[in-house]
Amino acid sequence: MKKPDKNRLRRTMMFLSAQKPSLIKDAYIYGSDSVILDLEDAVSENQKDSARFSLYHALKSVDYGDTERLVRINGLDTPHWQEDVRVCVAGGADGIRIAKCESARDVQIVEEAVAAAEKEFGVEEGRTLLMAALESPLGIINALEICKASPRMFGIALSGGDYRRCLHTKYYPSGNELFVARGNIVIAARAAGIQCFDTVFTDFNDMEGFRRETMLIKEMGFDGKSIVTPKQIAIVHEIFTPTAREIAEAERVVLAIRENAKKGIGIFKVDGKMLDVAFVEGAERTLALARAAGLYKGDL
Amino acid sequence: MKIKQTAVAGTLESSDVMVTVEPGSGLELSISSSVINQYGRAIRASVLDVLERLEVQDARVTIVDRGALDCTLRARVECAVFRSGEISDKNIPWGGAVQ
Repeated sequence: MKKPDKNRLRRTMMFLSAQKPSLIKDAYIYGSDSVILDLEDAVSENQKDSARFSLYHALKSVDYGDTERLVRINGLDTPHWQEDVRVCVAGGADGIRIAKCESARDVQIVEEAVAAAEKEFGVEEGRTLLMAALESPLGIINALEICKASPRMFGIALSGGDYRRCLHTKYYPSGNELFVARGNIVIAARAAGIQCFDTVFTDFNDMEGFRRETMLIKEMGFDGKSIVTPKQIAIVHEIFTPTAREIAEAERVVLAIRENAKKGIGIFKVDGKMLDVAFVEGAERTLALARAAGLYKGDL
Repeated sequence: MKIKQTAVAGTLESSDVMVTVEPGSGLELSISSSVINQYGRAIRASVLDVLERLEVQDARVTIVDRGALDCTLRARVECAVFRSGEISDKNIPWGGAVQ
């Protein structure tokens, strides 16, 4: 079993009900970077058991290719999450999304159950990654401790529906109601060195609104977005994938910085813009993103 | 595993299969599927394979297939059997009798 990569490309994470065979049997064909097979909100209370059997066989039988296979488990305040963890690990899921996470302790409770399941099912210790969904004000306030709670953590995500409800607000096209939460999530994730993902956009017919929101979260620094329909994949990938011009520019920046460093020059100009070593990380990230998306074959 | 009471798993949606297990004497299997001529034998073999692994020897099993993949069929049969014993919620032998 290939070990999941904590830093892989995750522009899109598509939710699918684990209980729906029609959705999970061919989810890999749409090209999202990750799928999230959902045991939580998409599965009714009396079908949680059935969804686990369905999930187990999908994980074992369906070849998702390069698409990452994550599972959203039920909240720690439910009687379901422990069996959810067992089936995820036994089936070989790449990672688990912890719903309604509010503290580092929440992550550690799941981590302990995952470690026990890895031992029970003979899975390599540490193979199963974790991410946390922040859905409440307390979760947002504790974002940094959540990010740093476990070496298995690869990312945090905003869950906007519950968070708006907690704030006594609703969806606004401006995104003002989520501005603080989004900013806090990006800052916490960057401070901890993990990834961060934005919430879903649920109006399937408002593709312009979806594009606007995706542009906003790209500008804020997110790594990707949770999505609920394949229709949304192309827009996110377009916005999150560097253009040919950006790739060429990043290449010139990296080369110039390396050449000038050899000469002992710290500040110089590329394409008419003043640059210094602070720009190298961003340029290298652009090239890494382009490489992960299959658009850059160079060796910088 | 003994089938103690009637239990159902799955739906009649496309790509799914509805499986009903009931107490019985010996194994009695009824299959209806729009692809019965193409896949009837394969469906029967999978159901019997799952029942054998779960050590179900006495049951009436009804399969109403809507074009399910083999993995879906196996998942629904297993779930119905575990539900009949009211043991479908926890401590499932993933990778053991369920595989």
